[in-house]
Amino acid sequence: MRPVLRKVTGAAAFLILWEAASRSGLVDAQIVPPPSVVAVGLVRSFGDPTFLPGVISTVLSWLIAVALATAIGVTLGLLLGSLPRLRTASGMIVEFLRPLPGVALIPLVIALIGSDAQTKIVLATFVAVWPILLNTIYALGELDPQLIDVTRAYRVPRRRVALWVKLPATLPFILTGVRLSTSIALISLVSTEFLTGGTIGLGQYIYLEGSSAGRMDLVLAGTVFAGLLGLLANLGLSGLQRTLSPWAPKGSSA
Amino acid sequence: MLAVNGLGHRYGTGKNAHVALEEVSFTVDSGEIVCVVGPSGCGKSTLLRAVSGLLRPTKGASTLWDKEITAVPEELAVVFQDYSRSLLPWLRVAGNVEFPLRNQDLNRVDRKERAAEALAWVGLDGAGEKYPWQLSGGMQQRVAIARALAYRPTLMVMDEPFASVDAQTREDLEDLLRRVRTEHGMTVLLVTHDIDESVYLSDRVVVLSSAPTTVLTTIKVDLPVERNQIATRESERFVHLRGEVARLLRRSSD
Repeated sequence: MRPVLRKVTGAAAFLILWEAASRSGLVDAQIVPPPSVVAVGLVRSFGDPTFLPGVISTVLSWLIAVALATAIGVTLGLLLGSLPRLRTASGMIVEFLRPLPGVALIPLVIALIGSDAQTKIVLATFVAVWPILLNTIYALGELDPQLIDVTRAYRVPRRRVALWVKLPATLPFILTGVRLSTSIALISLVSTEFLTGGTIGLGQYIYLEGSSAGRMDLVLAGTVFAGLLGLLANLGLSGLQRTLSPWAPKGSSA
Repeated sequence: MLAVNGLGHRYGTGKNAHVALEEVSFTVDSGEIVCVVGPSGCGKSTLLRAVSGLLRPTKGASTLWDKEITAVPEELAVVFQDYSRSLLPWLRVAGNVEFPLRNQDLNRVDRKERAAEALAWVGLDGAGEKYPWQLSGGMQQRVAIARALAYRPTLMVMDEPFASVDAQTREDLEDLLRRVRTEHGMTVLLVTHDIDESVYLSDRVVVLSSAPTTVLTTIKVDLPVERNQIATRESERFVHLRGEVARLLRRSSD
């Protein structure tokens, strides 16, 4: 209970400082409204006919992107992780593609497949694949050769080795990759929405409220909401990680 | 039962080649406990890996019941030195002991019984539902030994199995090994660097030279079958035998 209490205290302290800074005029309340005003804005947003559909579009795209990234990342990772020659051959391409900023690809992807939801999904998938892919490859490399020796010593069939030794050994790494990718995918989605006019989504809502309406309370409301989504997803995935790898001593998956 | 004929192994080729074993030959009769003792770095683990079929030697061969060993034979179980890396961390203790039994023609109930029985032999009854990391190092090694015992091998191959457990556990495990050997008619080939242990445990001691490794001599241990950690170790015969082995090892490393 203690750490939870401490986390809540930390968050509350931050909100109080923010509130005080805005109210006292330390920061311009027109630009950074206090959290109480942002909270009211967030509640009101749900009455806005563009907010909720935007949120739904963002969240659905997010789920699809993370699912796609996981499927692609794990499959490719297992393949490259088990075939050292293929891994070496693909190394340069992977290292070149990995640091590419997703937003820089927006024009290209729009030209290729149009500017509807598929664009932001493709881009979010693209940036989210790498942590999962690299973690999967890394996990296979970290597989203890002695564990493999044990399975050989007891003549455990290959299929059972894959299911009972390789999969559990790599799972924590894969889940960590998924956790990292989930945040990255959300950042990519909101950025793409922000930069692609005429779409719907949380990013586009923030863009419109900020540029044409100048409603910083609503801009921050959208931003805070995106942050809350990320926080919830991370909590959920941490929980999943603990459930799926109960063998790990507590506290190692933080 | 087991014959090691002119076994040699070299890692790598050309100038960087490292000759781990020059030429090693000895036999193990059915029902015997044979200890291989040698100075550290003389390739004892390489020898065990080659004998158990985990490693293909570059020279010579071993035969089990006159059949050349090319893969790990079915009637053989291996206990590795590093217990912490030989148990599957995601399986509970009982699951670990049962894991190799799933290849055997046993139903669930028999499997569970065998695992429980083996755990009781090593003094770990009631620990079946724990995860390996919840146990001390000595207990983990006992789990690894229970796993080998539950497998009911005719030949048990052990690589420094008691090297990293505390003195009390070590004595208990030594006596357990002798008892189980008698009760189940098992044959044991055990590698150790501990001279006293090799004499106390075995019916014969194979003394290896330092690298390039050959067999210096084989010493018959003519101590009574019933041994006692205190009485046997202070008996004149024991002291004489350990002195003989020690002198051989000393001379070989000079």
